Amino acid sequence: MPAHPASATTTIPLPPRGRTRVASFLVPAGIAALIIWSWHGTHFDLMSLLGADGRAQMLTYARKLFPPDLSTDLLLKVAYWSLETFAMSFMGTLLSVAIALILVFPASRNLVFSGVLFEVDEAGRPVRLARLGLYVFARAALNLLRTVPHIVWALIFVFAVGLGPFPGVLALGLHTGGILGKLFAEVVEDIETQPLEALQSTGASRFQIFVYGVLPRVLPQFLAYSLYRWEVNIREAIILGYVGAGGLGQQVQIAISLFLENKLLTLILAIYVMVTVVDYLSAYLRRRLL
Amino acid sequence: MPSNPSLAALPFSHRSKSHFPILFGICFAVAFMGSWQLAQIQPGLLFETEGRRNIAKFITGMFPPDLSPEFLRFLVVPLFETIQISVMGTVLAVAIGFPLGLLGTASLAYTGILHEVEIGGSRARRLTRALPYILVRSVLSVFRCIPEFVWAFMFVRAVGLGPFPGVLAIGISYGGMLGKVYSEILENLAVQPSEALQATGASRWKVLLYGMLPHAMPQLVSYTLYRWECAVRASAILGFIGAGGLGQQIELSMRMFNFHEVITLVLILFLLVAAVDFLSAKARKAIV
Repeated sequence: MPAHPASATTTIPLPPRGRTRVASFLVPAGIAALIIWSWHGTHFDLMSLLGADGRAQMLTYARKLFPPDLSTDLLLKVAYWSLETFAMSFMGTLLSVAIALILVFPASRNLVFSGVLFEVDEAGRPVRLARLGLYVFARAALNLLRTVPHIVWALIFVFAVGLGPFPGVLALGLHTGGILGKLFAEVVEDIETQPLEALQSTGASRFQIFVYGVLPRVLPQFLAYSLYRWEVNIREAIILGYVGAGGLGQQVQIAISLFLENKLLTLILAIYVMVTVVDYLSAYLRRRLL
Repeated sequence: MPSNPSLAALPFSHRSKSHFPILFGICFAVAFMGSWQLAQIQPGLLFETEGRRNIAKFITGMFPPDLSPEFLRFLVVPLFETIQISVMGTVLAVAIGFPLGLLGTASLAYTGILHEVEIGGSRARRLTRALPYILVRSVLSVFRCIPEFVWAFMFVRAVGLGPFPGVLAIGISYGGMLGKVYSEILENLAVQPSEALQATGASRWKVLLYGMLPHAMPQLVSYTLYRWECAVRASAILGFIGAGGLGQQIELSMRMFNFHEVITLVLILFLLVAAVDFLSAKARKAIV
């Protein structure tokens, strides 16, 4: 951050001097140290990359990519792989929404044990403890789903159900389910309390408040988050191909390993088109549905 | 969707809305059934004896996690490597994204108040200004739309195994994202301060330097920090294809069926991600 010129701030009371000074020195120094440490650790060497040798190497590689292999035979196959990747991201996202919807309500504290709905609570201690337990369980499940990277989930499921897009769907579904569940729970917990209170004062039961007060408020946001995650998932579905989940990713890996550069460029073009189409679709749906 | 009563008074928009749910429903059903087929969804597989046995083997293999001092000490280097890749990748992404983002900002490149007087009605001039903008925008979109994993694969080929290709992959693909978001932030700034500066006779550079950048800086930094959080996750994943770090260890342990090591690694990854999220959230709060 650039420091303010002293003359302009003389009339404004400054924050305690010593601390700012130390912080304004320590933070940039810390960042610089972090960068230098990382620079060394990663063997970052732009010279070797952009020097004569590196440039020549990259150019040869880039030249080998052209022209893309546009034979009808390959294009048909690429179309199939693209659809497979699309299907993986689509089903994975649906599964993740289903998982998130199951876990989000027990994982929202204002629906389970605290807040307006539970101010006048006649339930006994065991019931309250059970509610708290439910909340803790749901949160823990979401954390577990989210913590394990999708590629590890994919390896587990490849191990369990064999190769193919199905383990990819499961991996995307579980990992993204954890992420969406957490995002959804934040939406539910941030909901305004006045409408709920109004409903409660009419004598509505908790379930009625949930259906008429909570759901209509949160569903549009759930939808927006889900569409956004779909955009992420199309990219991740490509990554999962690497561990045997089929689709474009697997073909990229094969093309790179077998030095089929022209085919690789076709695949990269297909990835570019897929990602752009899904980004566009998701933006369009967000506009239309919300 | 609940039908909105106020729309009844607006026949046009009402009609265009009424077709949409049906079309959407049909498309969704087709996509769902097609995807079910293509993705070879067979929930039954999960409950077959072999699948069940494999999952059980995996879960029982995870416990107890390998927390022996030798293994933990052995993990220090990959852990550091993951952090280093994410930091250096983000630095490179800023180095790529910031200049490209400036060039790809419409209000700087060819339209808006900074160009009103200068370009006037001249079409040719407008075009020459717009051309670099369009070029930069498409470069950013290529950088961004090719996943970092594909970049990493190509860089592993080009510069060999190790953390360096990981840095390059994150730098390029995140550079594309940062460039796009930077330019969006700059385009959405209030124009009044820039106008005021321009009225004093400031050049475009000065308007950028003294008007737009200081105004946008908190947002720019905050988004960059957010991207760093993502880079930590990404650098762990990239290890799977030979870019070093924790991911590579996870892959090795998976391949050797050492599941008790896998769970330790996942735990460490979780702690790392949580720590980075915490740090970055703190820093963002301090800035905004």
